Amino acid sequence: MTIVSAPIEPPSVEPPLSLEPSSRRLGEKAIVALLFAAAALAVLITVGIVLAIAGPTVEFFRQIPFSRFFSTEPWAPNFVPDGFGVYSILAGTASIVLYSCMIALPAGLGAAIYLNEYASHRARKILKPVLEVLEGIPTVVYGLFALAFVAPLLQQIWPTFLPGKLGDPPGFQFVLSAGVVLGIMIIPTVASVSQDAMSAIPGGLREAAYGLGSTKMQVATKVVVPSAFSGIVASFVLGLSRAVGETMVVLMAAGAIANLTLWPNDPVLTMTAFIGRTATGDVGFGTTTYYTLFAVAALLFVITLVINTISIALVRKFREVYE
Amino acid sequence: MTDQATRAAGPAPSPQRAARDVPDVPKEPVFTTQDLNIHYGSFHAVTDVSMEFGKNEITALIGPSGCGKSTVLRCLNRMNDLIPAARVSGEVRYHGIELYGPKIDPIEVRRRIGMVFQKANPFPKSIYDNIAYGPRVTGMKVDNMDDLVEQTLRRAALWDEVKDKLKQNAYGLSGGQQQRLCIARAIATNPDVVLMDEPCSALDPIATLRIEELMAELRELYTIIIVTHNMQQAARVSDRTAFFTVKVNETTGDRTGGLVEYDRTTKIFENPSDQRTEGYISGRFG
Ligand SMILES: Nc1ncnc2c1ncn2[C@@H]1O[C@H](COP(=O)(O)OP(=O)(O)O)[C@@H](O)[C@H]1O
Ligand SMILES: [Mg+2]
Repeated sequence: MTIVSAPIEPPSVEPPLSLEPSSRRLGEKAIVALLFAAAALAVLITVGIVLAIAGPTVEFFRQIPFSRFFSTEPWAPNFVPDGFGVYSILAGTASIVLYSCMIALPAGLGAAIYLNEYASHRARKILKPVLEVLEGIPTVVYGLFALAFVAPLLQQIWPTFLPGKLGDPPGFQFVLSAGVVLGIMIIPTVASVSQDAMSAIPGGLREAAYGLGSTKMQVATKVVVPSAFSGIVASFVLGLSRAVGETMVVLMAAGAIANLTLWPNDPVLTMTAFIGRTATGDVGFGTTTYYTLFAVAALLFVITLVINTISIALVRKFREVYE
Repeated sequence: MTDQATRAAGPAPSPQRAARDVPDVPKEPVFTTQDLNIHYGSFHAVTDVSMEFGKNEITALIGPSGCGKSTVLRCLNRMNDLIPAARVSGEVRYHGIELYGPKIDPIEVRRRIGMVFQKANPFPKSIYDNIAYGPRVTGMKVDNMDDLVEQTLRRAALWDEVKDKLKQNAYGLSGGQQQRLCIARAIATNPDVVLMDEPCSALDPIATLRIEELMAELRELYTIIIVTHNMQQAARVSDRTAFFTVKVNETTGDRTGGLVEYDRTTKIFENPSDQRTEGYISGRFG
């Protein structure tokens, strides 16, 4: 800096010093307003959905008592005699989530670890886009895949030597075939979100681990995975939510029989599949069946909310902070 | 402290710790490099480095930015293997064993030759787990991990400051403490050599001083090689100094790093034999 030594001639005509804004910056204000409107719209729509579900749900519980809905009675809202025990289709959803996540979470995490820690630069450059393309395949295609390929295969190789119920060969539509395919469908989501989290950890941590003589496996399991834990949990939750919410694959491949069971070789009806196949236009407005749709939707909404809340708490508790 | 600040501080720094007897050449070399060349892809980063690093000595690598100090350092424990484009040729012997020989496992190498980085990089774990990490992954036989952690932290002169918060996250420590924790973590497995790449460049002068004191103590147990931007630091802590610079090929204009002069630190700072060394340490040339 030469300010002190250089002689500075003040300019002869000096404009008065002004620190006020040189223009009113209307453009910026307009953009801020637009952005705010976008954010507000998202919130408003969510509130709208909740309200739209809440009304008919309240009406449902006016007609059918809580004690019948939350019960093990058969699920048959549009039959005579009717039955509204939601546990049957809750079990269907739980069963699908169980089998699909048993595949998707470990495989997705494994794929992420492979991509991030083991794959060569070239392999990664090819595999990552492939994963992202897989995420875009319409779910109805996966449903066909389950029906035409996975179900017959599982029927053929079913371990019939197993004792009891587990040894019974499955029929044409059953939980495991839908679960397996749904699991495969979710792997890319889990893998890609987990890997993003892993690649975001500071490079210094990986260097430190290698510098201490860690093997690749040790770097991955003791440093990378714990450091990326919150992102990995996020990917699991995303996978779980997709399994809970998936409709098409289960509608096509898991059967359509409400069944209070977790056996892999049973057909089930999930909550989403119930909504999907019932809400087809020939449901009369104002019938009990109509209100049942909303009650089930409300329950789905609450379940997803609970999953997300738990996961946020988990992430807070176990996050390994770095700066 | 920046390079500029160091140079502005006055005339060439002189070694303040002249008490140690440093033989003309290392009595017992830990590393010997012969015509060491390192490329990143087609870029020739370091050319023809031949030198010896003595056991239980502190060797400083100094020189302007980009002259290949870190590159040479990282080649001594095969950290360069992590950079796909890096290629090493020539010879690097560690206790006589060719480090880049076909049967050498870089993981085994790094278990004996620890490293401390420019930016403190503790794991996002507790102080205790940071120290215990090395012994755990290397499968070291440890009778009592608590004792090992305490002993290591004492050796790194950090015990008194952290003994009440061993279970707390290491990121709660100050920058200087984090760096000393990283040094402690590196010596927990009792390595043979500790490589340090500008370990103080992100620290304030007081934290820097503490680390320099620590190095002086650790020299009795380990061989230390330190890259530093700070010439006064090299003068203060090291037994031997290697001056590197960027050499420009007159005809092609290609730039490459190389060793200019390597000698006892007192000699380098009091009576350098190469003009470029003299220019650098007196701040006339960078
Ligand atoms: N990973 C890398 N890929 C390509 N070039 C690199 C890489 N690391 C360092 N270099 C180059 O090698 C030369 C020496 O770098 P470095 O060893 O970091 O120098 P110093 O530590 O002396 O500042 C520089 O020109 C630098 O740009
Ligand atoms: Mg460097």
